[in-house]
Amino acid sequence: MSDRLNRRGSLEPHDPRRPRRSLVTALVLTSLALMATDHLAGADGGSPVDPLRRAVGEVYGPVENAATTVVDPVAALPSWVRSRREMAADLESARSEADQLRAQLASNDYDRNRLQEYDDLTATAESLGYALVPARVTAMGSAQSFSRTVTIDAGARAGLAPDMTVVNGQGLVGRVLRVSATSATVLLVTDADSTVGGRVGSSMKVGFLHGRGDLGEGSRLDLELVDQTYVPKAGEPVVTWGSQDGAPYVSGVPIGTVDSVYSSLRETTQRAVITPYVDFSALDQVGVVVPSGTTSDRAVIEVDGSLR
Amino acid sequence: MNARNLAIAVAVSLALVLQTTVFSRLTVEGVAPDLVLLVVAAVALRHGSQVGLATGFAAGLLLDLAPPADHVAGRWALALLVVGYVAGRLTSTGEPRPGQWLGAAAASSFVGTSVFALSGLVLSDPAVATGELLRTIAVALGYDVVLALAVVPLTLALLERAEPDRVRVLGLSRP
Repeated sequence: MSDRLNRRGSLEPHDPRRPRRSLVTALVLTSLALMATDHLAGADGGSPVDPLRRAVGEVYGPVENAATTVVDPVAALPSWVRSRREMAADLESARSEADQLRAQLASNDYDRNRLQEYDDLTATAESLGYALVPARVTAMGSAQSFSRTVTIDAGARAGLAPDMTVVNGQGLVGRVLRVSATSATVLLVTDADSTVGGRVGSSMKVGFLHGRGDLGEGSRLDLELVDQTYVPKAGEPVVTWGSQDGAPYVSGVPIGTVDSVYSSLRETTQRAVITPYVDFSALDQVGVVVPSGTTSDRAVIEVDGSLR
Repeated sequence: MNARNLAIAVAVSLALVLQTTVFSRLTVEGVAPDLVLLVVAAVALRHGSQVGLATGFAAGLLLDLAPPADHVAGRWALALLVVGYVAGRLTSTGEPRPGQWLGAAAASSFVGTSVFALSGLVLSDPAVATGELLRTIAVALGYDVVLALAVVPLTLALLERAEPDRVRVLGLSRP
């Protein structure tokens, strides 16, 4: 117990329930210094806080994975059973469709030639065939944190690295921010800080998609088109435009459809509101786009749909 | 590490994991209850603002760094150390009455989420509209008060078990 002099100069005992002024000052200043460091250094990329985040992720990532593994089967038992059945049905129908196509290809030369043409046409679309590492969402940030991030149960050991594209069955989910050995943090495209290069599918016009920071089923994205004369129509699909070497976003991943269009005289760009295909309030199974042939601690879904 | 600090560390870690995994699936308009904040408030109610302040800082730092957090580090640390300080000053005995701790939990929730949101406005960390911000704070306050009915008594019981009555025997404020 440290005693201290009060204003009148007499010694008064320190109340153990009251904090010492030095402690208050030290902790407040530490918080402020940390915020300043992370905010200023984080703007250029490599923040000195990142190793700390990684270290804490190494400890809490596996714990979060384990907690989800324990809780999920109980919470999602009905949907789990149903989706297993649905997956089996999907696989069955895909197989029969493939068989049918193969039979047609073998039977008819004319069809084969036409197919060659379609092949050429779909060569562009073939960039959509990426190898995927499957992962599950284990933890989600709450609305109070005002940033839209989730943790997934795949990390560096599964072949993940920062700035990889994350998708699910419906479309674009986000990108990998940082990885630990067994978990990774993903920035969702709905985050207010997220910007994705987008392309209106039917006209190939490019623009930038910004998140609004809202979560839930009604989440929307804003699309600012570079070409101000072009007015996208409602219902037009928007896909990713893609960056060099596919980082952070690979090209041709479906994002959503145009909901409505606004244009202001003051601003020089059109602003379209996009409804994403993905329901960000119910994220579960996702895939991380990796280069084909990546070594991973789990099965990788290869370009041709096979598991490796 | 003595029994008290161990109990606090266990309670904070458990709250952090539950908050990010289980309760992130049970959200109200995207808002998950702030379990870590409630644990910090309970610790402060039991052990005073000196311990509350330190616990709040450590728990907040963990919340800033543990995945899936991506905001500027130090924001929850600042918010929760204020929560620890304020909640610790609300009672002087270490034996909060039910009405008292429920009020303290509500005040803590409001103060904590507000300080966090304000630091975000200053840093313009994610650019969020003020209306959205106030709505989120209000929803969080309601959800936190409901969860406080379970979290605060559980944490107080855990702390009591870890260190039965020792503080009050040794404490100078109660000879």
